[in-house]
Amino acid sequence: MTPFASLADAVDRAVDDGMTVALEGFTHLIPFAAGHEIIRQRRRDLTLVRMTPDLVYDQLIGAGCARRLVFSWGGNPGVGSLHRMRDAVQNDWPVPLEIDEHSHAGMAERWRAGASGLPFGVLRGYVGTSLPEHTATVATITCPFTGEWLSAVPALRPDVGIIHAQQADRQGNVMLWGISGVQKECVLASRHAIATVEEVVDEFQPRPNGVVLPHWVLDAVCVVPGGAHPSYAHGYDERDNAYYAEWDAISRRREAFTGWLDDLLEGSGHVGR
Amino acid sequence: MSDAEPGYTPDDMMTVAAARALRSGDVCFVGIGLPSTAANLARRLHAPGVVLIYESGCIGAKPTRLPSSIGDGVLAEHADVLVGVPEIFSYWLQAGRIDIGFLGAAQIDRFGNLNTTVIGPYEDPTVRLPGAGGAPEIAANCRRVIVTLRHSRRTMVDEIDFVTSIGHGSGNERSELGIRGEGPVAVITDLGIMRPDPTSRELVLTDVHPGVPVSAVEVATGWPLRVAPDVTETDAPSAAELEALAALRGSGG
Repeated sequence: MTPFASLADAVDRAVDDGMTVALEGFTHLIPFAAGHEIIRQRRRDLTLVRMTPDLVYDQLIGAGCARRLVFSWGGNPGVGSLHRMRDAVQNDWPVPLEIDEHSHAGMAERWRAGASGLPFGVLRGYVGTSLPEHTATVATITCPFTGEWLSAVPALRPDVGIIHAQQADRQGNVMLWGISGVQKECVLASRHAIATVEEVVDEFQPRPNGVVLPHWVLDAVCVVPGGAHPSYAHGYDERDNAYYAEWDAISRRREAFTGWLDDLLEGSGHVGR
Repeated sequence: MSDAEPGYTPDDMMTVAAARALRSGDVCFVGIGLPSTAANLARRLHAPGVVLIYESGCIGAKPTRLPSSIGDGVLAEHADVLVGVPEIFSYWLQAGRIDIGFLGAAQIDRFGNLNTTVIGPYEDPTVRLPGAGGAPEIAANCRRVIVTLRHSRRTMVDEIDFVTSIGHGSGNERSELGIRGEGPVAVITDLGIMRPDPTSRELVLTDVHPGVPVSAVEVATGWPLRVAPDVTETDAPSAAELEALAALRGSGG
């Protein structure tokens, strides 16, 4: 079955209030258009999972879609803070936000465990830090073979995982390349997976660090050119660093952010610039 | 500051001093911001063979301009190898293949423990900072760690509000905790350089930058700073170093 769908239909079918949803993409290939669609469909009480919340979760949090955030680095890369996330954590605006905070290595192992169908991941990490005191999802375990102390972190198994990729072929197989982050793990760990893509091609070409996800692990493929903007799609466009800087001003004050949100909710398109 | 105009800023001095800490052949896991500027400066100057690794999965990155973020496409374009994020943290970092971890921080204490998570209580923070990212496992698993940050009583504090990344813990705590890397070997600021005492692991001021009196470093430190008996003065940045730094900054994406 060809999984092609419109983004609005794919999100409408997959994402319900109260679900755990992950939009992954490590600085590169961040599925912004899908995030905006979730905002537009006014989903609420989501648990949002992402290593680097980035602008896309700052927007979802500011729009009041999230109840809980699972993450490992919450800044505006190259710029500074995520003001909407800060406002939610420090002042409960627009709604309180619980956090489940990890390191990148811990999140990466949580993703890998989820993709592998294992209950937890193991790492040499967290030891000597304050994270385990504040994060319920870190435990110390003893290796049954060597007696070494290690940290265990539970698998991530979101209800819905969403990624952006460069290409799909006619069957709906999806290919991404360049910095590949945890997108493969996100798709394989999630119960329901959606990929937005730049374009459909007849045949994939071999690419450095190319990752191909067969159509039968995806529930929907949506053609959304520019769907990663203001992040980027290697080979298609450049990261819009000016927009990341501009977001600092938009997000710093609630009024300016609310204006941005109203524009998004009133329009049907993808509000980037 | 010296009375004569030195022709460079304290930030320039810090970046140059941090760059000098790297050598060709070092395999270096690079944090974004100050560490990345310093590491790229080293690669353009005296350490063309330094292997730069970024947590976005770029191994042997050779950016032609200063990357604007950890996942800048310029890091991927010229890398020797590109891998996924779970792999960079497991096969490469946790397996102990990295010589030097190069980190910044919002706060540091006298044992080189780092905070990038919160100012104030965790449950009710005064300032919510970005959080851990790759830092905790970089700090734990690299053979050595170099920290670079601006020196003030806000950053160099008696007690950090949150241990995001372990330095030397409460002293010689790393080995007790089974942490394999040696931990911070140098803290390079815009005023000077501190290195851990070989026995107690408390940071000791060993170098000051040109024109910086030891007393100024003491005043800018939030704990009674230990000072080495023979404090060395850092060499001022050379014309070549300043030129390369200006070119690098001008190239920022």
